[in-house]
Amino acid sequence: MQILGLYNYWIFIVLMMCGFYVVISRGNLVKKLVGLNIFQTSVFILYISMGKITGGTAPILTGTATVYSNPLPHVLILTAIVVGIATTALGLALVVRINEAYGTIEEDEIHAQSEDEAL
Amino acid sequence: MTEHLPALQVVVPLIAAPLCALLRPGRAVWLLAMAACALCLLIAALLLDRVLAQGVISYAMGGWPAPWGIVYRVDAANAYMLLIVAMIGAVVMAFARPVVEQRVRLPVRKQPWFYATYLLCLTGLLGMIITGDAFNVFVFLEISSLSSYALISIGRDRRALTAAYQYLIMGTIGATFILIGIGFLYVMTGTLNMEDLAARLPAVADTRTIRTAFAFLTIGISLKLALFPLHLWLPNAYAYAPSAVTAFLAATATKVAIYVLLRFFFTIFGAQFSFGTMHLDAILLPLALAGIFSASVVAIFQTNVKRMLAYSSVAQIGYMVLGISLVSVTGLTAAISHLFNHALMKGTLFMALGCVSFRIGAVSLDRMAGVGRTMPWTMGAFVIGGLSLIGVPLTAGFVSKWYLILGALERGWWPVALLVLFTSLLAVVYIWRVVEVAYFQPAPEDRTTGEAPLALLAPTWTLALANLYFGIDTSLNAGVARRAAEALLGVGQ
Repeated sequence: MQILGLYNYWIFIVLMMCGFYVVISRGNLVKKLVGLNIFQTSVFILYISMGKITGGTAPILTGTATVYSNPLPHVLILTAIVVGIATTALGLALVVRINEAYGTIEEDEIHAQSEDEAL
Repeated sequence: MTEHLPALQVVVPLIAAPLCALLRPGRAVWLLAMAACALCLLIAALLLDRVLAQGVISYAMGGWPAPWGIVYRVDAANAYMLLIVAMIGAVVMAFARPVVEQRVRLPVRKQPWFYATYLLCLTGLLGMIITGDAFNVFVFLEISSLSSYALISIGRDRRALTAAYQYLIMGTIGATFILIGIGFLYVMTGTLNMEDLAARLPAVADTRTIRTAFAFLTIGISLKLALFPLHLWLPNAYAYAPSAVTAFLAATATKVAIYVLLRFFFTIFGAQFSFGTMHLDAILLPLALAGIFSASVVAIFQTNVKRMLAYSSVAQIGYMVLGISLVSVTGLTAAISHLFNHALMKGTLFMALGCVSFRIGAVSLDRMAGVGRTMPWTMGAFVIGGLSLIGVPLTAGFVSKWYLILGALERGWWPVALLVLFTSLLAVVYIWRVVEVAYFQPAPEDRTTGEAPLALLAPTWTLALANLYFGIDTSLNAGVARRAAEALLGVGQ
């Protein structure tokens, strides 16, 4: 039953691989960013899972709780979420500029135009 | 005041960045950014001086002691790195103003943002070096990466946009891999402090989690340092970024990633685990050699000189990784001194190209015909940088190649030493192609432009002369590098 008990780690692995595959396989620049987002989000689940302690409550001093979750990974991942937002925003801004410059956001079409320039 | 130097090293550019963004375009914003960079350089010099005299400095950020708070820890290795990055940051900032005003795709009212972004990038790089906390490395890594994507994207060529996008995708994958690796380390040890990690890891080292963490960290950091074959983002990013940005990033960003590699593998995991148990050298050595050889060959066939030097950077990174994979004091000394020397030579070369593109608007070989006569000072600096890149005696580049060959021979790997010599000859070929075009072909009749302005020449020549100076006085780039290598390997002292 241990494999089922670790289901959130399985979700992490599946999400991570889905996101990674989308980044590699898609030629549309926005879809790539979506994949990158899923890839980053999967890591959030990894960090949040590792802070959870079975039967633990929120780490607030009430005087009654003896077992509580580790708050540090949750705080860490807040930072990573902010980084993820900044990356997505910057990525989308670049895609807007690429669309203005090339008139397309398909990787192969951009590549073809760049090839022409090089010649 | 002096006890707060480690914090000020990062805080000064961090505070200066938003202040720059608030100022109007013009001389004042550049002066503020320049003052911040100069102050950073001063702080880095003071820190190195104190570390060499008194040993390791530990600074608890905000007064929170070690296991809870973030500790900045400065030893010989990172004080030396801080000096490299702060020095290049200041010299390139001096170079940047004419470039930003003329050669960047930014409307005038947005030019202060360039300085703000540049200072943020500097903050991130300095922070990655100085911090003693593994998660903090990731945070500063993202600060420097995000700002460098933005800096690359403002190049005039529209391909700068796609280069920045490609770098963003690959850089984020690399950073996320590092994040996963740090997470696994935290799960097994319950700490993020580098010293604590180093103390607690041996007890749990023989687990799958730690080995997975090791793998994720290796790939993630290798992506950031552009180790062959993970270097694909680098040539376009360097070729199409504005010349000041290329000079800054080529001389600092990949170097800092190499420092992070050293810190994780030698300080946190320990040389015994990284190279004894995991046999990392068996992977790094062939990749380094393949990178040196293939990138040098590709560089010979480039017609865009900036792109040629970008491929040469991939080869030079190979030399540094080769030094690391020797896992000896001499090998590490070669790698660490090459961090410094390569920053000097590539800084000089890219800034000289910046002068060329400032005057004639392009850096392709066919457009550069005759520039040796119309821009003698610029090309003079280029030649000095080129000689240093090749590794001619009495230039800085010779020092690190010397140690590298010495290190390879110490291990009895004479074919490796021969390959280093052979690839230096490849460097002669690609540098000669530029020299031949610039000096031995006539300039086109209609070229009326002359020498680059003094504001560009002065910083370029500062670095060019540094190439010569540190080729003769090696107390800093070889002496301190050796102390740093010994500190990382935990021997001597």
